[in-house]
Amino acid sequence: MSHSSHQIERNSLAFAIEKNVDVHTQKCYQCGKCSAGCPVATEMDMPPSYVMRLLQTENQAHDENILQSQSIWLCISCEMCLSRCPMEIDIPSMMDFLRQRSIKQKMVNPKAKNIVAFHKSFLNTIKYTGRLYELGLIIDYKRRSLNMLQDITLAPKMISRGKLHFIPEMIKGTPQISGIFKKTSKKEV
Amino acid sequence: MKIGIYPGCSLNGSARDYNESVFAIAKVFDIELVQIPDWNCCGATAAHNLNKELSLALPARILALAEQNGLDEVLVPCAACYSRLVVTQHELKVEPEIKNRIKKVIELDYRGTTKILNVIEWLDKYIIPGIEEKLVLPFKHKVACYYGCLLVRPNKVLNYDRSEDPQTMDEVMRKIGADPIYFPYKTECCGAGFSVSRTDIVSKLSGKIIEDAEHRGAEFMIVACPMCHSNLDMRRPDINQYFKTKFTLPILFVTQALGLAVGLSPKEVGLQRHFVPVNIDS
Repeated sequence: MSHSSHQIERNSLAFAIEKNVDVHTQKCYQCGKCSAGCPVATEMDMPPSYVMRLLQTENQAHDENILQSQSIWLCISCEMCLSRCPMEIDIPSMMDFLRQRSIKQKMVNPKAKNIVAFHKSFLNTIKYTGRLYELGLIIDYKRRSLNMLQDITLAPKMISRGKLHFIPEMIKGTPQISGIFKKTSKKEV
Repeated sequence: MKIGIYPGCSLNGSARDYNESVFAIAKVFDIELVQIPDWNCCGATAAHNLNKELSLALPARILALAEQNGLDEVLVPCAACYSRLVVTQHELKVEPEIKNRIKKVIELDYRGTTKILNVIEWLDKYIIPGIEEKLVLPFKHKVACYYGCLLVRPNKVLNYDRSEDPQTMDEVMRKIGADPIYFPYKTECCGAGFSVSRTDIVSKLSGKIIEDAEHRGAEFMIVACPMCHSNLDMRRPDINQYFKTKFTLPILFVTQALGLAVGLSPKEVGLQRHFVPVNIDS
């Protein structure tokens, strides 16, 4: 296959992707099935097949465009692209890697800040209680995103249906959970 | 009969109705569901989006606790947790190096021997074989079986049903007397974890799924994922506002429909907790 004979530029994002998540971007032959099936392609600044094509150029400016794109954050991890890719390219794993790289290189698209804020708030509540604490999550998210009024009428409706805890359920293994967070927090991406 | 259960955070909170219906059915069929002691969150989308190692360590701790407590088989009713647990088990199996590292991170022994069952597999194995004699109120309705993403994808890893037009849930519904419609949206994404951070996307994607089911004459949509349920049910006002319409299609967990069919009351399966009113007149 052509991808095996091609020597990838060592400083390129495509090289980092291959090394870290074993996804070979050169396999893509631009059939476009990923973009056709992607539920959020219409919201994206670059649909998945376009990301693949940019990666294949192994060009630094293109790599930066990808890391600064909204697309990598709008990817919803539905796995549709992978299930329809004739070359079985694991785009979802690649997107996970790109997100982590984008944060590390401080290139997160400003328009994606709420999505990142939500993920961070989510993990923050887990870190301290071991399980999701919805009320804590929402308060932490509002603090990060400054969307104070969002869903303000939803909480009472959830409470009346018994769907919202007031007090977090602390698990006994909470120290183990914070240990797990600590040991996994300094990984190079 | 005793098997393990990993409820996950949703079933503990916003999807209490799902939890109630799972436990109520188990009781009818004399199955004891044992919670994995001191279970933690699987990390969900947030963990694998932000930190790969964390996204493997959190599910690994859950599976290690199941092993430690002799729970060889574990039911995971949440499709999202199910996917995270199976993907982790797979990854640690094919990458021994990662497995050893994760074992050090969680400070527990991990063998990877737990048999993980999604809700449909559990129903198929333990409930459906005895359904005929317990069926008192066949669920004679046109239903749209909605599988969403994570019950069937990534299909190579989950190895469960087919990724396009899956049939297992349709089969379960037929067994309780329902009439599943042809439903092309059955594996489209509902918007998943964007419920709070991009409600507009959830409204659009979930609305399209409901619109198609209503258009095809479904009386109920049947789901097997708490995240899908909250997007399709709890987010209904947002969906209706986005589409400038009033969708009324109720969303039922597969276990709620089955519970009703074996004679449980609407309250026993948690229907009063829904946002979209459910009127069952059989």
